[in-house]
Amino acid sequence: MSTTTHLSADTMTRARELIALYPEPRSAMIPLCHLAQEQDGWLTPEAMADIADLLGTTAAEVLGTASFYDMLHTEPVGTHVVSVCTNIACLLNGALELLEHAEHSLGVNSGGTTSDGTITLEEAECLADCDRAPCVQVNHRFVGAQSAESFDRLVGELRSGARDAEIPQHGTLNRVRRTGGLGADGARIAAERLAMVEAISARAAAAKAAEAARLAQAAKAADEARTAEPAADVVHSDGDAKTAESPQSADHPDGTDG
Amino acid sequence: MAITDAPKIVTSRLDHADSHTLERYLATGGYDGLRKALTMTPEAVAAEVDAVSLLGRGGAGFPAGRKWSMLRKAPVTYLVINGDESEPATFKDHLLIERDPHQLLEGVLIAAYALQVTQVFIYIRGEFALGLERVQSALNDAYAHGAVGADIFGSGFSIDVVVHPGAGAYICGEETALLESLEGKRGFPRIKPPFFPAAIGLYGEPTVVNNVETMSSLPWIIVNGRDAFTALGEGRSTGTRLFALAGHVNKPGVFEVEMVKTTFADLINAPVLGGGVRHGRDLKAFIPGGVSAPWFGPDQIDLPLGQDEVADAGSMLGSGSVVVMDDHTCAVRASWRITKFFARESCGQCTPCREGSGWLLKIMERIESGRGREEDLDLLLDVCDNIAPGLTWPPQQTTICVLGPSIPSSIGSAIKMFRDEFLVHIKEGGCPYE
Repeated sequence: MSTTTHLSADTMTRARELIALYPEPRSAMIPLCHLAQEQDGWLTPEAMADIADLLGTTAAEVLGTASFYDMLHTEPVGTHVVSVCTNIACLLNGALELLEHAEHSLGVNSGGTTSDGTITLEEAECLADCDRAPCVQVNHRFVGAQSAESFDRLVGELRSGARDAEIPQHGTLNRVRRTGGLGADGARIAAERLAMVEAISARAAAAKAAEAARLAQAAKAADEARTAEPAADVVHSDGDAKTAESPQSADHPDGTDG
Repeated sequence: MAITDAPKIVTSRLDHADSHTLERYLATGGYDGLRKALTMTPEAVAAEVDAVSLLGRGGAGFPAGRKWSMLRKAPVTYLVINGDESEPATFKDHLLIERDPHQLLEGVLIAAYALQVTQVFIYIRGEFALGLERVQSALNDAYAHGAVGADIFGSGFSIDVVVHPGAGAYICGEETALLESLEGKRGFPRIKPPFFPAAIGLYGEPTVVNNVETMSSLPWIIVNGRDAFTALGEGRSTGTRLFALAGHVNKPGVFEVEMVKTTFADLINAPVLGGGVRHGRDLKAFIPGGVSAPWFGPDQIDLPLGQDEVADAGSMLGSGSVVVMDDHTCAVRASWRITKFFARESCGQCTPCREGSGWLLKIMERIESGRGREEDLDLLLDVCDNIAPGLTWPPQQTTICVLGPSIPSSIGSAIKMFRDEFLVHIKEGGCPYE
């Protein structure tokens, strides 16, 4: 096993912090893939091998998972991934025409990257910004409805770096690091929950016992009214000894389910 | 029917540019609901939600309270928030996530307390980069404020919340696919019934999965009480609800309106809401609840915005998104694009959905490009019938999840309502709208 990793020391530290948030390491798979894309711009085979080591799985599992998701790129993409939505709300607002313009203007087909490596053009499914249609995202940041003219301006600004503060390079998804958290340790939460569960079951058991007593009382009264036979006050305990039932209620073994 | 002056339950803060900050949130009653909930017993908080029969705002309209009560007997649970909003033309949760993340967090914490879960995961659609940053910032601030973490507001209740990004897959909005994704796997939906997430969920543990809008309603419900909530709406459709209006309207956007009291006509035409069909054109058709829903025509515009009312009329309120198509819209092209979406987003597990969506797309492309044959219409319906036998509504299911049976909705509607347009495409060898 190699002692050096493709992922940088800082990325590795952040990766371990993310893994610690989950009960099972594998849950950090997607967050770690995003992290690797933040470092490299796309999901490289070397990064996938490191992720596999971090999560205790194989690189094939990482690739197999990542390939399911549109945002995880297992081949290089431009520094700016421009996504043009053409789904229904955008279609009704000229999205196909915008995409056609974008393809001509950039000289690439949808899915392709410009020769200078700055722009990858994507036809996207609904991005949930439908009141600003046709909807466009750059590196998954909304840039509002675009016309052919504004699209060309946008591309110019992306290439000149004028939008860099607002739109980081492809791969950087969430620039806000988690600062709080795990302020409550697991043992404490477990103890609280156990106490709460015990309190809840105690309340439930008390309610059940009260109901059983009420039923037994009613049955006894009914029996006394009907006959002189003294069988009605026979009460037997169930398995966990918390409740009592009268024989008459045996066809409703769990009084709380009614 | 009319637009009522119902209170804004989830959008009250959105007039403020800084609605996403802790300062604004605290200045507008923020975390009062959580403080109040922590003085009640967990069961009492859950009962409050039960009583309002809050129909989940995700798409299935499953009562949140009933989802919760399925869990009462099982102690160790997770709460997972479904913020993977991807149903085409639905953009209400996007708004709540970006513009009022503290309200979402407060609702989440109230639910976590009511359910006594051990950990919370907020799964947010990967494409919401700003939303992820806003919720993470809000969470950081909430930890510093003592609203989350150890011993919340001195109540003795502790919980940790994790913000989890998705990575681009429509199917992960399906709750069992979302759980698979959260476990670090491909987003393949799980077979259910018999075991819903309430029984076997995240890591095999009992889990509640609730939608962002459902959670965002909880602070108001706890502060104002169930009676104030149930006084709004009618029947099972209580309270207000967010509707995302898009397509050919003058003022597309997200509107919070009282359920049942408001109609589709109000939503589309009222000056304070949609402002009417664009360019003074006539309405051709509208989709009442996401692209999985069958379409409605102009004669159904006076239907109220209520779950049961829309279901009785043969469609669904679904995700609360309404798409307006004017009389210049090509019905073939619209349903072709929706079919393309499903073909692309089918996860590939089940044959009827994976193969059916691909064949439907090929036939629809052939018709839209003018190379169609008259018998293609029957062929389309036959393939649809193989995915959802009988083409009934609600559809029969041949697949693990409901993505498959949702595919025929748009094709079936388009052929039923606009058969002539298909025939013009076929006979004249092209799209008459181009």
